[in-house]
Amino acid sequence: MADRTFQPETLAIHAGQIPDAATGARALPIYQTTSFVFDSAEHAASLFNLQTFGNVYARLSNPTVAALEERVAALEGGRAAVATASGMAAEALALTTLLQAGDHVVAAGALYGGSVTMLAVTLKKFGIDTTFVDATDPDAFAAAVRPHTRAFFAETLGNPSMVVLDITAIADVAHAHGLPLVVDNTVPSPFLCNPIRFGADIVVHSATKYLAGHGTTLGGVVVESGSFPWDNGKFPGMTEPSPGYHGVRFYETFGNFGFTMRCRMEGLRVFGAALAPTSAWQILQGVETLPLRMERHCANALAVAQYLQADPRVGWVSYPGLPGHPQHDLMKRQMRGASGLLAFGVKGGLEQGVKFIESAQFMSHLVNIGDTRTLISHPASTTHRQLDAAQQLAAGVPPDMVRISVGLEHIDDILWDIDQALARAVGG
Amino acid sequence: MQDDIPTLRRILARDRTIAVVGLSAEWHRPSYFAAKYMQERGYRIVPVNPRYPQILGETSYARLEDIPFPVDMVDVFRKVEEIPAIAKSAVAIGARTLWQQLGLMSEEADRIATDAGLDSVWDRCVKIEHARLFGGLNWAGVNTKVISAQRPQQG
Repeated sequence: MADRTFQPETLAIHAGQIPDAATGARALPIYQTTSFVFDSAEHAASLFNLQTFGNVYARLSNPTVAALEERVAALEGGRAAVATASGMAAEALALTTLLQAGDHVVAAGALYGGSVTMLAVTLKKFGIDTTFVDATDPDAFAAAVRPHTRAFFAETLGNPSMVVLDITAIADVAHAHGLPLVVDNTVPSPFLCNPIRFGADIVVHSATKYLAGHGTTLGGVVVESGSFPWDNGKFPGMTEPSPGYHGVRFYETFGNFGFTMRCRMEGLRVFGAALAPTSAWQILQGVETLPLRMERHCANALAVAQYLQADPRVGWVSYPGLPGHPQHDLMKRQMRGASGLLAFGVKGGLEQGVKFIESAQFMSHLVNIGDTRTLISHPASTTHRQLDAAQQLAAGVPPDMVRISVGLEHIDDILWDIDQALARAVGG
Repeated sequence: MQDDIPTLRRILARDRTIAVVGLSAEWHRPSYFAAKYMQERGYRIVPVNPRYPQILGETSYARLEDIPFPVDMVDVFRKVEEIPAIAKSAVAIGARTLWQQLGLMSEEADRIATDAGLDSVWDRCVKIEHARLFGGLNWAGVNTKVISAQRPQQG
């Protein structure tokens, strides 16, 4: 009899956490410890050689953190995952494990500002070049490939551009060139979109956003699909003896979770951006209600988008849940909903947009997304401030753009706050 | 070919003596990793490799037929074209399970084993499955697909 395939609502509560072996505790214990004892010198040697699975030091693994890792891997339909101290740490871990000096990345232009900076500035400093292309154009990805290209990078739903990635189309181009597609799936969360189903090879998350969901805790996760052929000749770091971990061949030894093990034993071990067990526990509390929250976030955001679209004080609205969004059909093919994130322009432009933000009563002016609270921000002056005007436009950030992360307050109250803030910003 | 969690649990709880065909004596090879792990979990490992007299402290035999005591599982780390002959040997020595390691899927060997009433598993690592179903692999962030209100059971 085949094993049951559980639904995401069940996985969000159970995956990665069966009752504690030692105590029978039903809820997840917080293993607040840096280190784990060895039974003997032989046991220690076995653990260090990775011949025995087990915990050594919490920078590498911790049982509380591991529960989060497995839960996100399960929700994504992936083979394995590794958690990190933040979403940016997850992205850095995935990319620095894949890439080395002389390598090249083809990335979507419509990315979170921090991701643009990582690729265009930080990784460039270490000899890794990136070509940014139109996220909606698979041919542009193909045309940008060089002999030393080693990854494609894109967001499944662009923040804050609201560009939906055609995952299958871009993955097909990547695979035709023997390359993995790395996607940031933060905005949809694993409940709304599972990029691996559509061909993505590595998924990164800022768990700080919808996964944790309450604006309390930083964290990140890297998920591996388990289906990328690392022995295609382009990734000797996966197939040759690792100088970073005494000669282990990660792909041969760990097979379809070799990339995750390499992230853990090489990258996490030396860069050290491990997730704290208390943070993992907080994030897991959030994950248990992820499906419920995402349904409400999506319903509220759609209502806000429809309201703004009908309002003469608003110049434009971008939300893939609206039938008029250019990628509405693609969103429906790939996602259960369009998330709680949307962008719009207040009529008049930059000045009115800023005034709208300053006039809100309970909508919070800050730069996070995926909170229970409704959050508003002006990307051009905050998250994307480090980019010049051309880079801002390439990232899908016009100067008048207001981003809303629609929360879980009552929809009537959210619309009331939007209405009164618009009235103060542009009159009416 | 069997692949569901209850069957894999049953096999790993029952088969305590494992003949590992193609076991390497090199510490960094996957076969050595897997066999050492299972040995540490209380399984008797029987190396089958004519190149070495002894591996992991156990006598190494040239062929399955040379093993002078009963074997429960035949765990295969050889090229796929060699596996049907190994499957016939497994049947001949009265093994209960033919287990083809990760990446190995000989349909002919699967048929030989299944027709003779053996349990047959392929494209799975015995160590990874043990760790997945009896605890350990969950520490490495792997999606074990175990959903349960029971404490981890010991194999």
